[in-house]
Amino acid sequence: MLTKRIIPCLDIKDGRTVKGVNFVQLRDAGDPVELAKIYSDEGADELVFLDITATVDKRKTLAELVTKVAKAINIPFTVGGGISTVEDVKVLLGAGADKISINSAAVKNPGVIDEMAAEFGSQCIVVAIDTRDVDGTDYVHTHGGRKPTLLQTQAWAKEVADRGAGEILLTSMDHDGTKGGFANEITAEISSMLSIPVIASGGAGKMHHFEEVFSHGKADAALAASIFHFKEIPVPELKSYLVEQGVSIRI
Amino acid sequence: MKVAVIKYNSGNVQSVLYAMERLGAEAELTDDIEKIKSADRVIFPGQGEASSAMRYLKSKNLDKVIKDTKQPFFGICLGLQLLCEHSEENDTDCLGVFPVRVKKFIPENTQEFKVPQIGWNELENLVKNPLFENLKPNPFVYFVHSYYAELSEFTIAQSHYIHDFSAMLHRDNFFAIQAHPEKSGEVGEQLLKNFLNLNI
Repeated sequence: MLTKRIIPCLDIKDGRTVKGVNFVQLRDAGDPVELAKIYSDEGADELVFLDITATVDKRKTLAELVTKVAKAINIPFTVGGGISTVEDVKVLLGAGADKISINSAAVKNPGVIDEMAAEFGSQCIVVAIDTRDVDGTDYVHTHGGRKPTLLQTQAWAKEVADRGAGEILLTSMDHDGTKGGFANEITAEISSMLSIPVIASGGAGKMHHFEEVFSHGKADAALAASIFHFKEIPVPELKSYLVEQGVSIRI
Repeated sequence: MKVAVIKYNSGNVQSVLYAMERLGAEAELTDDIEKIKSADRVIFPGQGEASSAMRYLKSKNLDKVIKDTKQPFFGICLGLQLLCEHSEENDTDCLGVFPVRVKKFIPENTQEFKVPQIGWNELENLVKNPLFENLKPNPFVYFVHSYYAELSEFTIAQSHYIHDFSAMLHRDNFFAIQAHPEKSGEVGEQLLKNFLNLNI
């Protein structure tokens, strides 16, 4: 049986993890490769690296990091953050990334999804959508959720799937950072509407939130960052809990 | 141990090369017929579309070279599908090493089953095979695919998504897997290690 995926997300700046991490076994708390290796050994199903570097050297340092990660771990990983062109994707996939994720670039120029899917195949193109509820309607936001767009979230999700996205990474900006649970309603709505997998993100705080996003939220995968980094919920413990709850999980 | 990884117009082969490096094998991505013929092991990786891949292989004469290999040969993902007889993907005649047809997943309920299948699924009903040394029963491997090979007498492991399909095939020196062993954690690494250790 196909299992639900648990995905830790690592924020990267200048080739280093930025948000604090609390792993006693880490010799270098800022080394993304070492952290990735630990998550992989602990049973994470996939990893996402989100690069927030804003310097001109960004492309080069990110590609170097991707190579190091790909050499060290043997589970799939996605790289996102500032990717906008077919050439960017080519470099990162060539360095060993399994998938890339695009966000603002797709909003700005939706045709780039078609181009990337045609060139590399849908399976490696993840479209990240940041959504926020504005007076009862869900709108796509960019720039880390700060900048609203005129795109209605459900319609945009359908459009990116039609254009060839292989997966959608749906982050609720209303839930992100609250630790109060995932946005199950909109996740279920989008997951039911589309024939591509939906990765839910934003709001994970307790183990039961994951159970809920898989059952009520109909998510195919769930992503979280700080609760894993600070060991509030270790991946092995979360996975055993989900198995007990009857969720299909890889152990 | 020299491993030739067949170079053709397919995506993501880098991970296969890194996996070989981790296992201490000397792997080279190549479409040089002599190098493929003289390698100790041949890996046929893949990700992509069947008809364009077949056209490319034929244009380089690699279709004949593949069929004539005598050393242990491992087809991965699209590599498995191309070793079959025919694929529904753009109605493509494939290499025919396995007399098996490749079909598209068509879910009855699109809410429950998404296509492609993306993620970790179990290998079931493992037939006794040297490739399965040191593996636990029903190990998990990572899949990304929209097409699947039907069950056949050459199936050595099956998996279930929508219905049962061939997750792994074996005939003579030809082995194949629908999942990505290079991305399947310890299980995948063990499968690749067993492939390198084959004594046939």
